[in-house]
Amino acid sequence: MSEMPRAGRRMSLVTLQDLTIRHSGNPVLSKVNFYINTGEIVTVVGPNGSGKSTLLRAIIGALRPSSGQVIRAKGLRIGYVPQKLHIDATLPLTVRRFLSLPQRVSDDVAEQALEQAGAGQLATQQMARLSGGQFQRVLLARALLCDPQLLILDEATQGLDQPGSAAFYHQIQTVRQQLGCAVLMVSHELHVVMAASDRVICLNGHVCCEGEPEQVASAPEYRALFGTGTQGALALYRHEHNHSHDQACDHDHHNHEAAE
Amino acid sequence: MSILDSFLIRAALAGLGVAIAAAPLGCFVVWRRMAYFGDATAHASILGVALALSFEISIFTGVLVVSLLMATIVSTLSSRGYAMDTLLGVLAHSALAFGLVAVSFLQGVRIDLMAYLFGDILAVGRLDLAVIWAGALLVLALLWWRWSALLTATLNTDLAYAAGIDPRREQLVLTIALALVVAVAIKVVGVLLIAAMLIIPAATARPFAATPERMALIAVFIGGLSALGGLQLAFTFDTPTGPTIVCLAAVLFALSNLAGLFLRNTRI
Repeated sequence: MSEMPRAGRRMSLVTLQDLTIRHSGNPVLSKVNFYINTGEIVTVVGPNGSGKSTLLRAIIGALRPSSGQVIRAKGLRIGYVPQKLHIDATLPLTVRRFLSLPQRVSDDVAEQALEQAGAGQLATQQMARLSGGQFQRVLLARALLCDPQLLILDEATQGLDQPGSAAFYHQIQTVRQQLGCAVLMVSHELHVVMAASDRVICLNGHVCCEGEPEQVASAPEYRALFGTGTQGALALYRHEHNHSHDQACDHDHHNHEAAE
Repeated sequence: MSILDSFLIRAALAGLGVAIAAAPLGCFVVWRRMAYFGDATAHASILGVALALSFEISIFTGVLVVSLLMATIVSTLSSRGYAMDTLLGVLAHSALAFGLVAVSFLQGVRIDLMAYLFGDILAVGRLDLAVIWAGALLVLALLWWRWSALLTATLNTDLAYAAGIDPRREQLVLTIALALVVAVAIKVVGVLLIAAMLIIPAATARPFAATPERMALIAVFIGGLSALGGLQLAFTFDTPTGPTIVCLAAVLFALSNLAGLFLRNTRI
């Protein structure tokens, strides 16, 4: 997958060229270049306010670029799993009905999508009564209905505990294997990202660095962004990936501190 | 010559017409937390009455134009992220105040202000009835046509964008529908109580509905029941009709929520 970025560019599903987006004058994203190819899993990581969600919203067409271009493949089918979905308590909505928005789907199709997303048996439940994990799976099921070529997930594991998000990412991998769709996700959980993705992009208003998971973890820009002592958990995860790197000694030193 | 000769029949049909249009639209008003939005639009319509009288155009047209204008202003401002509840409070009541002052300037026309503030359903003529039903059917057609897109946009704007739906267009559809409902309802319940016809039936239907469609249907039923029952009660007790309709709707709301409480308790 990673050995063909040149050739892959021609069949990219989405390409961003020098994308700049401003919110009331302030640039949220500046000159971002990005592509995602068929079947690829790409993860975008970055701190809060780094423009991760903005990037996704530009790709689905919810935001217009201030300058630059968003190029989508013709007739691209995107399955979108939003960051959070607040369902007002006044709105009665069963899982089954939710799946038929905006396009009506047959019971068979709905059942299959729920099954694929690991949310079977939930069809008759009210959306408002689902647990966090169930809710995310239902959102995933809905995104699968259009048989997407590109599945986009915005902080899909937010609010899930560690085993919960691990299970959810596992589910996505299974789905990817079944459908062969590309996956673009935004996350701040580096470890889970690394387990699943072909390519990681580190974003902070602009693309800091880009590459395969191991490369990102050791890139100086990345370290500068998260700091070495940031949340022991993060450093601990990074430790695992440092073995294959030259500067491992430097990292290890910090990791021990963090672990203490 | 016909059944429409009876003012009571005309009143009943007018009330039903408003109820069946207001109830499903009211569901969206409730789901999207636009209650104040409805209020502002309705209150502004008294300005439309004043303008219509001074330019000698039909009340319906004047009200429609002003409420459309008001609804557009409010939805534009809301997308810019102003402090909406404050802004709506300012707009709703100042529009009402300006309207009342404007009406007082009208020379030689001794209009019955009460008729516009609280409605005058018993004075509905054949033409009014035609306008009300035309407006109501138009609102229903709009909602029917855009139903799925409206629901998706109500859930989440990004979800709508990803599905190729422009939420701003759906907002516009609701804005137009709201202005239409205000314009047809002013004769029936009056400026001050239009928002009640939108919100109360929808809120009453909530405990009994498992899907959005069912909620809208039940709301239509409750709205219709309130209109007809309120008319009957107003006739029996000689009370003002518009407020009586709203009172009945409010009582149904209280009963429904009590029932909802029992339903929930027995389920657990």
